[in-house]
Amino acid sequence: MSMLYAILCYHDEDFVGSWSKEQDAAVISKLTVVQDRLKREGRLGPVARLLPTTAATTLRKDDPPVVLDGPYAETKEQLLGFYVIDCENLDAAVDVARELGAFNPGGAYEIRPVAMFEPGANAR
Amino acid sequence: VTDLAWIDATLTSARPQAVGALLRYFRNLDTAEEAFQNACLRALKSWPQNGTPRDAAAWLIMVGRNAAIDEVRRSNKQEALTDDAAISDLDDAEEELADRLDGSHYRDDILRLLFICCHPDLPATQQIALALRIVSGLSVKQIARAFLVTEAAMEQRITRAKARVANAGVPFETPGAVERSERLAAVAAMIYLIFNEGYSASGETSEIRKPLCEEAIRLARLLLRLFQSEPEIMGLMALLLLQHARAAARFDTAGELVLLEDQDRTLWNQKLINEGMALIDKAMRHRRSGPYQIQAAIAALHSRAAKPEDTDWTQIDLLYGALEVMQPSPVVTLNRAVAVSKVGGPEAALQMIEPLGDRLSNYFHYFGVRGAFLMQLGRNDEARVAFDRAIALANTSAEATHIRMHLDRLMRDSQPSGTTATKK
Repeated sequence: MSMLYAILCYHDEDFVGSWSKEQDAAVISKLTVVQDRLKREGRLGPVARLLPTTAATTLRKDDPPVVLDGPYAETKEQLLGFYVIDCENLDAAVDVARELGAFNPGGAYEIRPVAMFEPGANAR
Repeated sequence: VTDLAWIDATLTSARPQAVGALLRYFRNLDTAEEAFQNACLRALKSWPQNGTPRDAAAWLIMVGRNAAIDEVRRSNKQEALTDDAAISDLDDAEEELADRLDGSHYRDDILRLLFICCHPDLPATQQIALALRIVSGLSVKQIARAFLVTEAAMEQRITRAKARVANAGVPFETPGAVERSERLAAVAAMIYLIFNEGYSASGETSEIRKPLCEEAIRLARLLLRLFQSEPEIMGLMALLLLQHARAAARFDTAGELVLLEDQDRTLWNQKLINEGMALIDKAMRHRRSGPYQIQAAIAALHSRAAKPEDTDWTQIDLLYGALEVMQPSPVVTLNRAVAVSKVGGPEAALQMIEPLGDRLSNYFHYFGVRGAFLMQLGRNDEARVAFDRAIALANTSAEATHIRMHLDRLMRDSQPSGTTATKK
């Protein structure tokens, strides 16, 4: 019996964004070594690298819901989960968020385009 | 990552906010900059031991301000010229600080800092130099290098610009909505200028000038973070990212400019393209179009085409049409004509640019494009005249070389076919 864990990555996006292409690639290639091992062991789930917060849109699940530009910036709520969905464009992604939000009002969904996605090797 | 590199990056990213706030207190650019420098020195001493503060900018503002106030007090004592008014002014400011460190002013502080660099009295080159020095915190040496001038010349340029700004008087009151949007537009234009300064570099200098493009992107990101719901700022950011994405493909190994249609598209930076596209997508939801959004959309259509022949020229023609309405300029019409030549052929395109001749009589690209249309129409003699004129007007050797390639092709084509055959 094992447990699935999500590892949420936090860093200063200006700092990471200031890496040169080579520096970025060097970090990624080292991370990939670890990811590959986990993948071989069947323990790696999906991995995503998100675009910067300037690309984010937030759906506040108020009544009625409000769409705001920018990331979710409040500190009084906590991150409870996430989805990865495939959409034609941002409009479609907002629609999905609205649909989900209708069944789960309160709080917010931050919608962030995914820059890099590795589906992983079915952990479980 | 070393501690020092981390601290350095933190100081750089806190700089616009900190200098902006210090400028609000002291209302003097030199004092604000000095105060920030002082705070940075203290940070370098304190942070490695005590750790980086949670809010680095607030720390720097507080420390920089206190240091500057101490300085004023000390020099006042030494000179035995206690100016009561000046000191009570500073005391007031100190009280204000507590209220204002909450961040509500940061947005206008940074905008003001950027805005004073765009003073209409300053020529574009001075605006850019000033912004890079004050807002980005690049050293005079770094800026001089990017502008390909000596350090002394750049020092002088910046000093002169600062003096002009100081004499012009800086608007310190909190701007109203209209004023804020005017400032935003001026600042956006300046950021685009910085980018173009780097982007229009020739092959030999493109590496040296690349930091200008990167700095412009950083400033645009800063601006977008402050004004998250401005579709034109999203558009500006997208435009810069999409253009910069092509950097690796724009010059060949000999340093010659490679035209868009000849570029190796696998060298385009897909990460930047994705971000640019995401931003356009986000901007379009506002249904408030503008010149940056349209130009970004045009750049996106190029980025989307895996091969040049996949380019959606019809859509590009429409977008340039919209841009012509919003921002009528002969250069926009000239660009549109290139799209028209792809959609409707060179005859229609040539007709479109014919009336521009007077206004673009000293514009390299006009004659380059005109020559290309004439060449496509088989009017080789006229094409040669246009190309000759283009070479005379070329701004860089790469531009001239490119036109010479066309001329060589014309020469080959006009040679009797027998000659070409024997050459094989």
